Amino acid sequence: MSNNETITLSHGSGGKAMRNLIDDVFVEGFDNPELSLLEDQARFDLAKLAARGDRLALTTDSYVVDPLFFAGGDIGKLAVSGTVNDLAVSGALPLYLTCGMIIEEGLAVDELRKVVRSMKTTADAAGVQIVTGDTKVVHRGAADKLFINTAGVGVIPAGLDVRSDRAQPGDVVICNGYIGDHGAAIVDARGELAIENTIETDCAPLNQLIAVMLDVCPDIHCMRDATRGGVATVLNEFARASACAIRIDESALPIREEVRGMCEILGLDPMYLANEGKVIAVVPASAAETVLAAMRALPEGQDARVIASVEADPAGRVTMQTLFGGERIVDMLVGEQLPRIC
Amino acid sequence: MCLGIPGQIVAVDDPARLMATVDVSGVKRQVNIACIVSDDHPAAACVGDWVLVHVGFAMSRIDAEEASKTLEALAELDEVQQELDAIQHSAQAIR
Amino acid sequence: MKYVDEFRDPALARKLSQGIHDMMRQLPYDAKNPLQIMEFCGGHTHTIFRYGIEQMLPKSIEMVHGPGCPVCVLPMGRVDDCVALAERPDVIFTTFGDAMRVPGSRKSLLQAKADGADVRMVYSPLDALQLARANPERQVIFFALGFETTMPSTALTLLQAKREGLKNFSLFCNHITSVPTVKAVLDSPELRIDAFVAPGHVCMVLGEIPFEFIPRDYHKPIVISGFEPLDVLQSIYLTVRQFAEGRCEVENQYQRVVARQGNPAGLEAMHEVFELREFFEWRGLGSIENSGVRIREAYAEFDAERRFNVPNLQIADPKSCQCGEVIKGLIRPWQCKLFGEVCNPQNPMGALMVSSEGACAAYYNFGDLPELLEKRNQSDKTDAA
Repeated sequence: MSNNETITLSHGSGGKAMRNLIDDVFVEGFDNPELSLLEDQARFDLAKLAARGDRLALTTDSYVVDPLFFAGGDIGKLAVSGTVNDLAVSGALPLYLTCGMIIEEGLAVDELRKVVRSMKTTADAAGVQIVTGDTKVVHRGAADKLFINTAGVGVIPAGLDVRSDRAQPGDVVICNGYIGDHGAAIVDARGELAIENTIETDCAPLNQLIAVMLDVCPDIHCMRDATRGGVATVLNEFARASACAIRIDESALPIREEVRGMCEILGLDPMYLANEGKVIAVVPASAAETVLAAMRALPEGQDARVIASVEADPAGRVTMQTLFGGERIVDMLVGEQLPRIC
Repeated sequence: MCLGIPGQIVAVDDPARLMATVDVSGVKRQVNIACIVSDDHPAAACVGDWVLVHVGFAMSRIDAEEASKTLEALAELDEVQQELDAIQHSAQAIR
Repeated sequence: MKYVDEFRDPALARKLSQGIHDMMRQLPYDAKNPLQIMEFCGGHTHTIFRYGIEQMLPKSIEMVHGPGCPVCVLPMGRVDDCVALAERPDVIFTTFGDAMRVPGSRKSLLQAKADGADVRMVYSPLDALQLARANPERQVIFFALGFETTMPSTALTLLQAKREGLKNFSLFCNHITSVPTVKAVLDSPELRIDAFVAPGHVCMVLGEIPFEFIPRDYHKPIVISGFEPLDVLQSIYLTVRQFAEGRCEVENQYQRVVARQGNPAGLEAMHEVFELREFFEWRGLGSIENSGVRIREAYAEFDAERRFNVPNLQIADPKSCQCGEVIKGLIRPWQCKLFGEVCNPQNPMGALMVSSEGACAAYYNFGDLPELLEKRNQSDKTDAA
């Protein structure tokens, strides 16, 4: 298929045009033996899987980001990273991904190829394979350019027990780096608020980072990746599930100057901005230094630090020790964060 | 309706329409400078000015000297307080 | 960040706090009869909550959160007018973000957008102007709201539209004035406010002079404050110092931005484009004389109210809504019967819960909800006893 072409309804109708699209764009782009078989399903040897762990981890996500391409990434990179990360935060070794695409008619083949290429690059970096997929094409207006749905499967090694409800008083909360980058990059990419910045998304697969963390500390209590709703949302989830209090140290929060600037102009709180490459881990205090050292050896973890501590009271609440020495509550987000002018 | 943030004018883009680019910690945005220009201070002279930015308008220049004075007054609080304490203690000592 | 970080220095904050505590010990106020300082402006309310400033003050000072949140005082009828305009197929309705969630009698602008109206969030009226240039076949309406801080930006945008001869741009004007509002609060018989922290950015435009009537006629000190936490703390310090020294005057803490005469270019544009409305309706405060502005006849073509039919109905607040009492500082937000359980940010009954500057939203988001509800139940019991 030539890059000048656009996707039409016939590319989704099951006939030759669709076969062409699949071969030319997806099979060639994702390039792995299982997918190339083009069966209706991917098949895996159970015994081989069971040799690597004692639980299967399964996750699903849909990606509808607008615009498709933004500073430092695109919807494809997002899809693969997001799914890999959802698996990795359970302690699982991510293995296989599905890729379902819903394409709005009129999308340029060129753009689709770029997305697929990006997914392949990200998948290779993460060590996973995209083994099965589906393609649908819908009328103009029925989807916004491209929606991607993924499912991911991984295996959790025996002995790991990473859950939201395991935080204990005395634990510390670690974040691997700068927060709010993705949210800020999207505001710029959308162009609605006519604000220019040079911030890039932090979108990245974190499974290798998480693997080294679990290697030095198999007893990590909780882990989540902070996506929509920001770091504040994950911390609230941990506090509630674990019936503990989490106390954030505002002076420890890593926030880029530009992200700060953007938040100040628009009246946004970086704690609630989306991230796509941030893991929040609750670890026993005694393991903190070792975990940080291991993280800082990798690029995705070079700015890792402790951002909060876990206490007993007030149970279920997240509070922040402000730069000012005061204390405020950091609650769950209600609806979308809207820029304010007051 | 009061969210205003300090930023620095880095370029005048359209002197006729009084539009300039302001930089807030590396983030850039076009702003209207009608409120800060005057005969003594025309558009071209605004480059480098620190201004208060509100909904896409540079509303006022920030007076660096006044800013320093405000901060100095705060720093001096301690000294004034210590002096007052000293006076009070010495008064008590005399009694 | 320059001119920001220096005014967030925790060490200086502690000094100010210490100074305030020391002075208050010499004054005849305590927790039962505190010195009541009203911060008029929503931006100040936000700063106070975000930085936990009340925690740094002695219990003998009570900060009362005033009605200076233009989003919060939008009457439901005006929101309905916005929705009616937005629902016209030829219209692109542009608005600031925080106005989108305010409930009307049927729906908010956000809901109207979900239902298919072309409602777009903008950061600046200039962006609305750009939309008008880029979409000549559509009518672009800008929802202009705010106190005097924002009036110059609206006025200057309208003047630019006129210069360019744009035929598809208009404003739905809901600007309100500060002075009549403060006066309405001061004239309220149930009120006991001892001093004011004045809105620094309103004064950036208006200057100091329009507020001199407060110490002169009402004998209450007023300090014009900036918006960083040190600004607010220092303004409270200066207010308390006036009491300590037996003074009563306008003091300008925000001298790096506010000049006594205000901003000449801004004032000129405002006076060129706007004139006072005899009455304007405020949510919770009812109708206040001369508290709103409208677009002058000479600029009628840019006035959405004249160009389009707006329903212009007066819709009363829900009976149980106590927004008015909160706005006047008569009750604290958590004392409202609806606070927290019935009325909360997910399901706001009144606009004080919708905007993040609204006193109720501030308490809900930054305060300790269970503790506040407990306090309310306690005070209910004491009243009943």
